[in-house]
Amino acid sequence: MASRETEREAILEAVDRIAARIESEKQHLADLDSAIGDADHGANLDRGFQAVVEKIEQKDDAETQELVKTAGMALISKVGGASGPLYGGSCMHASQELEDGITAETTVAFAEAYLEKLRDRGGAEVGDKTMVDALTPAVHTYKKSIEVDELPPLEALAKAVDAAERGVEFTVPLKAAKGRASYLGWRSVGHQDPGATSTLLILEELLATAQVYLDGNVDVTAASPTIPDEDVENQGE
Amino acid sequence: MKKLVNDPAAVVDEMLDGMVAAYPEELRRVEDTKVLVRTAAPVDDKVAVVSGGGSGHEPSHAGFLGEGMLDGAAAGEVFTSPTADELSEMIQACDAGAGVVCVVKNYEGDVMNFETAAEMAEMEGVDVELVVVDDDVAVEDSTYTSGRRGVCGTIFVHKVAGAAAERGGDLREVRRVAEKVTDNVGTMGIALTSCATPEKGEPTFDLGEDEIELGIGIHGEPGVERTGVMDADDVATKLTAAVLDDVEPEGTVATIVNGMGGTPLSELFVVNRAVQEFLAEEGLETWDARVGEYMTSLEMAGCSITVLDLDDELTDLLSDPANTPAFTV
Repeated sequence: MASRETEREAILEAVDRIAARIESEKQHLADLDSAIGDADHGANLDRGFQAVVEKIEQKDDAETQELVKTAGMALISKVGGASGPLYGGSCMHASQELEDGITAETTVAFAEAYLEKLRDRGGAEVGDKTMVDALTPAVHTYKKSIEVDELPPLEALAKAVDAAERGVEFTVPLKAAKGRASYLGWRSVGHQDPGATSTLLILEELLATAQVYLDGNVDVTAASPTIPDEDVENQGE
Repeated sequence: MKKLVNDPAAVVDEMLDGMVAAYPEELRRVEDTKVLVRTAAPVDDKVAVVSGGGSGHEPSHAGFLGEGMLDGAAAGEVFTSPTADELSEMIQACDAGAGVVCVVKNYEGDVMNFETAAEMAEMEGVDVELVVVDDDVAVEDSTYTSGRRGVCGTIFVHKVAGAAAERGGDLREVRRVAEKVTDNVGTMGIALTSCATPEKGEPTFDLGEDEIELGIGIHGEPGVERTGVMDADDVATKLTAAVLDDVEPEGTVATIVNGMGGTPLSELFVVNRAVQEFLAEEGLETWDARVGEYMTSLEMAGCSITVLDLDDELTDLLSDPANTPAFTV
């Protein structure tokens, strides 16, 4: 990506999109969470991302790394519960990888650091019915697409979103082994995990942002599944 | 359910101001946070001992602020962990350069937020150690935890770690004795009625007039067995036996009969009488028997029983002075 100013614009657009998406899906996330948790996942994340938008807009001169770290801090302070450290702490930790700005290499490093911190902090593995089930295939797909298949970042990200979507579907038949849903045991089977779902929503909005800011001259085979036109119109800067 | 609250969302904030008003010599609030610290914090050259967790467990945690116990206590919303940035503020406010030991109850939200807070404080140059308390012998995994829950045994960790810090022990030393307590303490509780959070205002779970629940947690989370009503001696014997099975003490112990918030002291003393008789029958000598409210669950009726297996070092540290609103020696 070109200039610091462009990176800043892209980050602002990404958090605006994520905040709007989480807000519009707040009830959906609450419904998913009420089946197997305490129904506050949507409201908590909504409050968190509204704070992220506010904090980032205040940071006029900050470098990319500082902006992303600020986003993590805002999530930590406003989301609370276990989701605060998981989303915010992982973001804050992974922001260290963006010292050289946003490139194919640094975004792979960011994604890997985020996932590593998430798994380390939450103690969850694939199959435990958590956000790790959506993020792990997404990060692995992204890394492989960039480093092995040498795809352009936009295409790699589209494939990662696809992988995350399959990961979310994969949580439905699982018996929860971590988090509050784990108390329900077999009663958690048949429900889609809210944490995996919100992770997918965030990745979809990152992809939508990338489609605006990265070279559009890329064959995106796995088109973004859910960016309705009206959303794009509403979110334009 | 009737509650003495104004705005349910303001309960924690107003409670903290009320606590400081009650103990102005002992406690002060860190500005713009839900963190209380002992007035002297940070205490020169001393390792700080801090704790915190959801509100609704009063006098935990701020009741144990003062000489010989805690330097800082962070209050989360009711039954909700404090956020990592508030915990980090507390750690930094209490650090005098000798480092900070955080006493954390084993609940997922508490552990994750303390871990994140420790990282944030470490970035600011503070040495931080976490000690996770998992004394509840009732369940292996529970609603909110991987592994056993941390409950009333935490009070002994506060006392012993606080004494070691006051004696001038370094960070590793304070951590070592705190972990010695967690390795040798067990607790089990019972509910006669449900709690009700201020926001919800109605009972968290249904428990019939003729039912009690054994092995309950401190947030209304389920226990391990629901039975008909038992008398005080049977409850005391059953809980104590379960704790002894786990802790396997020999010789001398310290005990806490802890009220859950809705049980009168008279009943807690009745229970304590049976606990002490049972311990004597098992050939154990009680060196210190505490009775009162230490780790409550709003107005839930019921109690928990904590047993700490003592050696000379722990006995010594428990004997040191403590001067806090809810625990004195």
